[in-house]
Amino acid sequence: MKRLVGAAVPLLAALFAFLFGAIMLLAIGANPWDGLVAIVDGAYGDGDALATTAVKAMPLILVGAGITIAFRASVVNIGGEGQIVAGALLSTVVALALPDLPALILIPMVLLAGLIGGGIAGAVPGALKAYASVNEILSTIMLNLVMVQLMNYLLRGPLIDPIEVERGTRIPQTERLSDNAAMPTLIDGTRLHLGVVIAILAAIIAYIVLWRTPLGFRLRAVGHSPEAARAAGIKVKRHVTYALSISGSLGGLAGALLVFGSEGQRMVTDGSSAGFTGSAGFNGIVAALFGALHPLWTIPSAFLFGGLLTGATNMQRVLQVPAALAVALNGLVVIFVISSDPVRSRIDRFLSSRGELNETLKSEKPVDNQEIDA
Amino acid sequence: MSEFFTLSVLVATLASGIRLATPYLIAALGETIGQRSGVLNLGVDGVMLLSAFFAYWTVLETKNLWLGVAVGIVVGFVMGIIYGIITVFFHATQGISGIGIFLFGLGFSDLMFQKQVGTPRPIKQLPDVSIPLLADIPHVGEALFQHNLLIYVAFLLVPIVTFMLKRTTFGMNISAVGENPQAADSLGVSVAQTRFTAILIGNTMAGLAGAALTLELGIFQANLTSGLGFIAVALVYFGAWRPVGVMGGALLYGLVGATVVQLKALQVIPRSVSDIASMAPALLTIAALIVLAGRVKAPSALTRPFSRH
Repeated sequence: MKRLVGAAVPLLAALFAFLFGAIMLLAIGANPWDGLVAIVDGAYGDGDALATTAVKAMPLILVGAGITIAFRASVVNIGGEGQIVAGALLSTVVALALPDLPALILIPMVLLAGLIGGGIAGAVPGALKAYASVNEILSTIMLNLVMVQLMNYLLRGPLIDPIEVERGTRIPQTERLSDNAAMPTLIDGTRLHLGVVIAILAAIIAYIVLWRTPLGFRLRAVGHSPEAARAAGIKVKRHVTYALSISGSLGGLAGALLVFGSEGQRMVTDGSSAGFTGSAGFNGIVAALFGALHPLWTIPSAFLFGGLLTGATNMQRVLQVPAALAVALNGLVVIFVISSDPVRSRIDRFLSSRGELNETLKSEKPVDNQEIDA
Repeated sequence: MSEFFTLSVLVATLASGIRLATPYLIAALGETIGQRSGVLNLGVDGVMLLSAFFAYWTVLETKNLWLGVAVGIVVGFVMGIIYGIITVFFHATQGISGIGIFLFGLGFSDLMFQKQVGTPRPIKQLPDVSIPLLADIPHVGEALFQHNLLIYVAFLLVPIVTFMLKRTTFGMNISAVGENPQAADSLGVSVAQTRFTAILIGNTMAGLAGAALTLELGIFQANLTSGLGFIAVALVYFGAWRPVGVMGGALLYGLVGATVVQLKALQVIPRSVSDIASMAPALLTIAALIVLAGRVKAPSALTRPFSRH
């Protein structure tokens, strides 16, 4: 019964959010049913659509799994955007420096660079929270703004494609990166590449780490109650830093995969972070929340929201409804799902008080993830 | 560098710094009220984008600047009702629900802009109003007293909000529910009502800030704020939850921003590193957060939902 409520309430909440989306469509004079058909068709209609959806889901899976790890340790990571950019930049530098390495060595190296870049971008706010009591929500947001400027600086300056300088066009992008670093395509003729598989594997590993290893146990213990964890001999500060570093490194991996899975095989900026990330740093939060902050559930959830992004592009083409609708819808999903969470716990409590105490949830949430140290 | 230190350039930089500080100031003052009552609103940026768009659209269609301002305020108020319901009645986790509001504002303002306006068309900007006598003071007058009305309003809000927080019953109630909601509740102060009102005022001010931004620039585009609302939230920490401190932070931001722009224009900062210089506000915030952490005390109940049992 409790499990049923646990699944039904967020689903219902998302349904409400989509209902609101239908109202938005009506408000701008589009037929909601046509909109839904265009989205579903564009996202899941044929093999091509499915492949694009999977590619869109890839960064959401990684960022979402990362956010799950942070949340379980009671750390809020809103720095996905910056961490993606950091990972992408470092992996780009590696590929530029060592273009001639064989793929078997270069691919693992760029992926590692992505993990390290994002990990650093996560470790900084993590350490600041742990050792200097700096609110991680604010520091991660500020790092997002810093990383965008760093990306713009590097892509307009030191890393710019020499041809762009020669031509005088100065489009802020790198040269075409080594093909040895490119993500191999899985199905010829589609955009589906190895990165999607890597993302899914990473989410599964995140699950195993969280629930099957001592490290994961300690992270969750810190999330449940820092005092109790400290009393049990767990180094709380160090684990807060770990949580944000791991979380960031998954975002960084997404950044590397975005570069080396891109059609242009290069890093490009339009001046904003969304231009490169597609807002995956924020949309990953949506996927993680809808996946009930569980790394495995984040996978199907990311496919749903990746589908929304692909579908919205199709809707723009068919119905001339701007694809920005997907961003607004994501916001509504966050609002409704996060509002439904306390409702769910109230229903849980009501059911428990009626004697259903025996049912234990395997994936119990941290009790005080609302209480963020300011 | 010497070109920068001429009187006319310094006066112009000061004047544009004050102008740049205004949206930060209005939004951060509103956020201060909310946070003092124990509610973190991370959705300021989204509310500002929505109010900026609707203010812009109104002025584009009606040519009436003040109607635009009014619409911006109303949009903020409506978002306040929504955030109040989410926070006070549903007890949603505040950091995350704010991101939801942000994403909604970002997407919906962009959607409406593309659908209703399409290509960016400039609108009239708010006219500058010279304060009689004061505006005639050499240099000082030009820097401080030749601005549009909303800029004066923003700085007038500083003593008003200070007075409200310190001297009125409502202000005391805000601090009480922000510090110790259980105690406030047992003394008969309605935590829900006080927080809801604080949220309404805060969001309404975010609405005004969004209108001030678009009418100052005379333009709207997708993601017009580019993180301004998030910095406004950080400014509240920066100002240690006091309106005067918040004003100091907003002015510092405005001035740093204006100086960077000026130095770029004078090519003191070469174009190639101008992106690095643009990191200044965010890096400054992180530095301030590190210095201030542990030295100033946040409202004890910040981000903690309240329920009686």
